[in-house]
Amino acid sequence: MKFTLSWLKAPLDTDADAQTVADKLTSIGLEVKSIEDAGARLKDFTVAYVVSAEKHPNADKLKLCMVDTGAAEPVQVVCGAPNAHSGMKAVFAKPGTIIPVSGAELKIGTIRGVESRGMLCSLRELMLGEDHDGIIELPADAKVGEPAAKALGLNDPVIDINLTPNRGDATSVYGIARDLAAAGLGRLREGDLSPVKGAFASPIRTALDFPAGSESAAPMFAGRLIRGVKNGPSPKWLQDWLKAVGLRPISALVDVTNFLSLDRGRPLHVFDAAKIKGNLRARFATDGEEVVALDGKTYTLDSEMVVIADDEAARGIGGVMGGEDSACTEATTDVFVESALFDPVRIARAGRKLGINSDARYRFERGVDPEFVLPGLELATKMILNFCGGEPSEIVVAGRVPDWRRTISFDTARVKSLGGIDVPKAEIADILKRLGFTVEAGETMKVVPPSWRGDVAGSADLVEEVVRIHGLDKVPSEPLPRTSVVARTAISPAQRRLRVAKRALAARGFHETINFSFIPRAQAALFGGGDDARQVENPIAADLDAMRPSVLPSLLAAAQRNQARGFSDMMLAEVGAQFQSGMPEAQSNVAAGIRVGVGARGWSKSTHPADAFDAKADMLGVLEAAMGASMTAPVKPGAAAWYHPGRSGTLALRPKVIAYFGEIHPKVLAAFDIKGSAAAFEIFLDAIPEPKSKGKARGPFAPSPYQPVERDFAFLVDTKVSGEDVVKAARGADRALIEKIDVFDVYEGKGMPEGKKSLAISVRLQPKDKTLTDAEIDVLAQKIVDAVTKATGGTLRS
Amino acid sequence: MSDIERLERDLLAAIADARDETALETIRVGTLGKKGSISERLKTLGSMTPDERKTQGPLINGLRDRVAEAIASRKSALGDAALDAKLVSERVDVTLPARPENQGTIHPVSQVLDEITAIFADLGFSIADGPDVEFDDYNFTKLNIPPDHPARQMHDTFYIAKQADGSQHVLRTHTSPVQVRTMLKQKPPIRIISPGRTYRVDSDATHSPMFHQYEGLVIDETASLGNLKWVLEEFYKAFFEVDKVELRARPSYFPFTEPSVEWDLRCDRSVPGKIVFGTGHDWLELAGSGMVNPRVLEMCGIDPEKYQGFAFGGGLDRLAMLKYGIPDIRPFFESDLRWLRHYGFAALDIPTLDGGLSR
Repeated sequence: MKFTLSWLKAPLDTDADAQTVADKLTSIGLEVKSIEDAGARLKDFTVAYVVSAEKHPNADKLKLCMVDTGAAEPVQVVCGAPNAHSGMKAVFAKPGTIIPVSGAELKIGTIRGVESRGMLCSLRELMLGEDHDGIIELPADAKVGEPAAKALGLNDPVIDINLTPNRGDATSVYGIARDLAAAGLGRLREGDLSPVKGAFASPIRTALDFPAGSESAAPMFAGRLIRGVKNGPSPKWLQDWLKAVGLRPISALVDVTNFLSLDRGRPLHVFDAAKIKGNLRARFATDGEEVVALDGKTYTLDSEMVVIADDEAARGIGGVMGGEDSACTEATTDVFVESALFDPVRIARAGRKLGINSDARYRFERGVDPEFVLPGLELATKMILNFCGGEPSEIVVAGRVPDWRRTISFDTARVKSLGGIDVPKAEIADILKRLGFTVEAGETMKVVPPSWRGDVAGSADLVEEVVRIHGLDKVPSEPLPRTSVVARTAISPAQRRLRVAKRALAARGFHETINFSFIPRAQAALFGGGDDARQVENPIAADLDAMRPSVLPSLLAAAQRNQARGFSDMMLAEVGAQFQSGMPEAQSNVAAGIRVGVGARGWSKSTHPADAFDAKADMLGVLEAAMGASMTAPVKPGAAAWYHPGRSGTLALRPKVIAYFGEIHPKVLAAFDIKGSAAAFEIFLDAIPEPKSKGKARGPFAPSPYQPVERDFAFLVDTKVSGEDVVKAARGADRALIEKIDVFDVYEGKGMPEGKKSLAISVRLQPKDKTLTDAEIDVLAQKIVDAVTKATGGTLRS
Repeated sequence: MSDIERLERDLLAAIADARDETALETIRVGTLGKKGSISERLKTLGSMTPDERKTQGPLINGLRDRVAEAIASRKSALGDAALDAKLVSERVDVTLPARPENQGTIHPVSQVLDEITAIFADLGFSIADGPDVEFDDYNFTKLNIPPDHPARQMHDTFYIAKQADGSQHVLRTHTSPVQVRTMLKQKPPIRIISPGRTYRVDSDATHSPMFHQYEGLVIDETASLGNLKWVLEEFYKAFFEVDKVELRARPSYFPFTEPSVEWDLRCDRSVPGKIVFGTGHDWLELAGSGMVNPRVLEMCGIDPEKYQGFAFGGGLDRLAMLKYGIPDIRPFFESDLRWLRHYGFAALDIPTLDGGLSR
């Protein structure tokens, strides 16, 4: 909401400057976004008279000007503008002035051998426009030596406030003035709202035509005809104000409606009465009904929207935008002025569906003052008579002002208990009265909000009114009592897992990233997503349209971008959500990481391309950190489709998949344009079982006093036999004695029979109650060999 | 010079001359070995008269002891010399780089999340979370933003496609729906912080379509605007690690709070690219807040006659930017290795109140 200081001072009697006004506005909740004070910004620029403009002696395109700046002697200025000519009034900058467009200080210069002691400025140099074709030519009546801003009509500061959507009452300059006056800045001038006597009965009647039960769509429709007007430009002061806030002056009739919309928050519409067939009524549109609106566009309406129609067709979209074919023009002689009330929700919905953001919609959807339908019409009448002449009819009214009065029982102790500040009861009453509320004192106050404050519904709203006018900054801070002397744990076990997973990843060398939850649909499709249900309906960009089904595509895309920047190797991770559907709660937390490339190169060791075992180590390391326990579940070969089918694994605790790991499928790598190999893992943190509650104490520490024994076995097995098969079989030989089994060598290839490989394990035996004899060890060794042979068909290599 | 003296002189000279352990061992066997020259002499002691033994015993035994000691000492010297020579030959170039290890980092948003968790835990809050895809009802309606309310325009909402069951959901525009979820399932007193990803259709230098918010909610029988101010003061003081802060309150509007307040923090931005809190002449908008609207309490099943409370919220990314001097929000989500290394945190830099939130 924009307005100028002089506009504000029409209804507000105050000497305050723009900054004082702005500070007060912000402190009462009408936050000032900006003050554009061209007068202050351009205070060093003055009006000058170009006495003469001759050709520069040493340059064809330059002119040598003698300029009267109001000083005793004319000043010599070299100017390159083609439009510089003698006898013009121009904007002058003396040496030492900061030129806005460059931010540089103007110096006395010598141009092609001639001294220049100042500058004649263009709009662009003053940052008032883009026009750089020539210097500004001021009106001939501009006074030499006066501020140029005044001559440019820019000495009126423009204040822009960020209006919150609850404050329909402040969508007007008058409403803002009213709030300021209540807050003690200035005195409000109500203006002359007296009715204008009609000279004849309006030939155009208004009517409300709604089915029973829907009357609230438009409760009131008033208007009047003014005949014999002469439409032309509106007065300069009105044009200046409208231009200052970004509106284009059109004609006196239209400018009056725009002015009252901004000045009083009262949207109006003017019809060229000659273009109206019969009478006007507000009714629902029919589905598919079309209206060509004032913006020249054709809108197709539906039966939820209200139109203003004559006997022939809809002539405007009620409360949103008028129609083009009944608009006023320079030729208009009889004008019908409409002032009506519409249901805010319907206006909002219509505006949103049609994509129209008009000043009328802005006000109606925030709620206009229902009592101002007729006063607004009277004000418009006076201004039109004043600017355009003519003769007004009597007012015609359909419907009536809906009942807006409601009484709030206000326990004034709420100001302290909710607002945290003591305000005397008398001041509470006084503040509310200044804001236009009716206050009936008593044990609990009976408060009736004014007609323009439809947003005030209960005690909490009244507390807000009191506190904001009394001064929010006066609220003292008050310690919040501690709930426990020593703070308690603040995070859940699930949140702890996320936190630990991040730290574990970073400790392993991964860079934690955070990527958008939406990714290109084509990428989502590679990871089991990309379906309609997970599409974003209104994506910020066409390639950020699918909720990601996995965290990996985000990481692969990030890896590709980094490779494009010249980093071939990297470890990237993210702990975040993946989305199983487009429903709330259908998401789960994943810790995912990728290693891309050959690993860090160094002088001391050979490097290897990232492989499934890197990913497995990463996965187990992070998983066990997040669990706070070791993971004993076995790994099954194979994982989701985006992994290399022969070089990936799944860790599951039935029925839940806990993690995938492995090398990324070459087709996926190609789709992401990743160079080199990539090994990845995904840990589904929400699938990790909750730790069994077993108290804080650890079990007793009871190391065996007997010597452990290690024995190595090398088996010749079929290549398809897995390490896990051999280890599992060996462990079964004696679960009590065998403490640990490691696979320490795997070999296939040269020297091995076709289809066979050597797999060597190291078995650690830990007796609990006596030292093992050689004979006992031999017996157990044989059991291990037998078990492996039985389970895998492997034989012991001699 | 006696026979023994001469022998001793020769032996000690030979020991001193021994070039290596083999030569020394030959000397040892030749003297102290079973048939060695000294051993042979010791054997003669048995056949001597007591008087002879009295004079010869100490002489021969003394010889044996001195030679044995000389051999031991020479052996040790030879060993040291050999080790020294070996060590010299084993020299490496220690100026070569250390074996490469990957140094990972924690994202600034995660770090700041841990920081604010530490602070709010001490103030008695616990952390609550909720889904990114949210019911319209929780994101808007139960927060007193009915359909077609102009406040919805403030939110620039992302919508998920219509689901098979005809329902349609939103990407949450704030983490306030977590407050709704908490109130629906938990009776007061409530003190929670809800951090997480939030989404708005907005993208420029200061806006990202995805960003992070943290919001606080306190519901009990007495929580007031004064308590809210205190919590924010204490929070910012702890977070920015300064001795004092000054907050400025501005009335504002959020449909879910009444009264609504926005807070600015006093700071000094006179040096470009640098912000100092607690002093200066500038104000930085940091948080939106207010007393929870009684209508919201009611819609969430909490008796507004008995309970009241406040809510507040701000941007997590923004906190990280302000504290750690990160100028632009967009790179937070671009995963540029150089940015991650530059602004990331070490794995073991875990923020705590006792050990310090940051170094």
